[in-house]
Amino acid sequence: MILAGSNRRLHSVHRNSGLAVAGLAADGRQIVSRAKSEAANYEKVYGEPMPVKELADRVASYVHLCTLYWWLRPFGCGVILGGYDRDGPQLYMIEPSGLSYKYFGAALGKGRQAAKTEIEKLKLSELTCREGIVEVAKIIYGVHDEAKDKSFELELSWVCEESNRQHEKVPSDLLEQAK
Amino acid sequence: MPYYIIRNPYVTGNSVIAMKYKDGVIMACDTGASYGSTLRYKSVERIKEVGKHSLIGGSGEFSDFQEILRYLDELTLNDHMWDDGNSLGPKEIHAYLTRVMYNRRNKFDPLWNSLVLGGVKKGPKGDEKYLGMVNMIGTHFEENHIATGFGNHMAIPILRGEWREDMTFEEAVKLIEKCLLVLLYRDRSSINKFQIAKITTEGSTIYPPYALKTNWGFAAFENPSKGAVGTW
Repeated sequence: MILAGSNRRLHSVHRNSGLAVAGLAADGRQIVSRAKSEAANYEKVYGEPMPVKELADRVASYVHLCTLYWWLRPFGCGVILGGYDRDGPQLYMIEPSGLSYKYFGAALGKGRQAAKTEIEKLKLSELTCREGIVEVAKIIYGVHDEAKDKSFELELSWVCEESNRQHEKVPSDLLEQAK
Repeated sequence: MPYYIIRNPYVTGNSVIAMKYKDGVIMACDTGASYGSTLRYKSVERIKEVGKHSLIGGSGEFSDFQEILRYLDELTLNDHMWDDGNSLGPKEIHAYLTRVMYNRRNKFDPLWNSLVLGGVKKGPKGDEKYLGMVNMIGTHFEENHIATGFGNHMAIPILRGEWREDMTFEEAVKLIEKCLLVLLYRDRSSINKFQIAKITTEGSTIYPPYALKTNWGFAAFENPSKGAVGTW
């Protein structure tokens, strides 16, 4: 019953970085909106796209802020931030506590333990992006429990040399292949 | 509160000429920017792409044009990040620019530019070509052919006489070159280095700068002081 493309969980934050949200979708939108405005403001002031490390820092500070005051509730979602800047591609995960680390592979959500085990089996340093999307799709399908979970729509996006270092949705033919 | 800061332009770009042709819109201008009466900058790109469907050409204060490009960059980035299969077309961008220019004018702090906005986008009736212009006081309109600055006086009469609905790209370039040549001869702030840009459904192309052939071989130029009586 899902209308394809209606529940976007992958968002572009700037030309070269994107955010994946796991958890309360509405809270996720707030984080994305904040990240977008941080990235736009950075480029306005400094004239260059925001480095991913800096963006992760800002998002983490923002998420952490909501854990400091009794009248604010923490964000009900975690976020995975991927981007490509001068230091190459980088992956950060920001948890609702405000904890932010740089990762080679990360997973969030209900099936994250199983997904993490699967990712650890992959040889990440040798995987190209094209091969990577197939692997990632496999993991998502593998972790999805047919009986317990609702049906879902796969969303894939990447930032790599092939996409000209821009964050964009994986071209539909590759997406079909991955499925 | 800022009031009555009607500025003077410092570094100004020259005319921009644009017109619709069979496959889309063609735009041309010279690559010079003057500092008053000095031809200070000779390699200035005054036509830029905006989003996927439009081209913008700017004459007037060049720094204001750069600022407008920055606003448009923000606009198109946000539009791009929606990622919903829709993107801003030339008509929408023209409307946005009109708002920006008119509002600045009302604050007595205008962006001292005449902007030409052209593009092609798929509409309900197929591919729709769009060409419009906005100037510093917010006057805006849509036409089949546009010229700013001196082009209004020298190029528009030519375009009105010779523009036709279904010109091919080559015919359009010839007509535009005719207008550019007239401007080169008669407008003292133009230089012989032009850029032509076109936009079609396939996308936009901004061609590298080139020069036009001019003819100065008139008898009256041979010995200009022949008929002069002499100074006192």
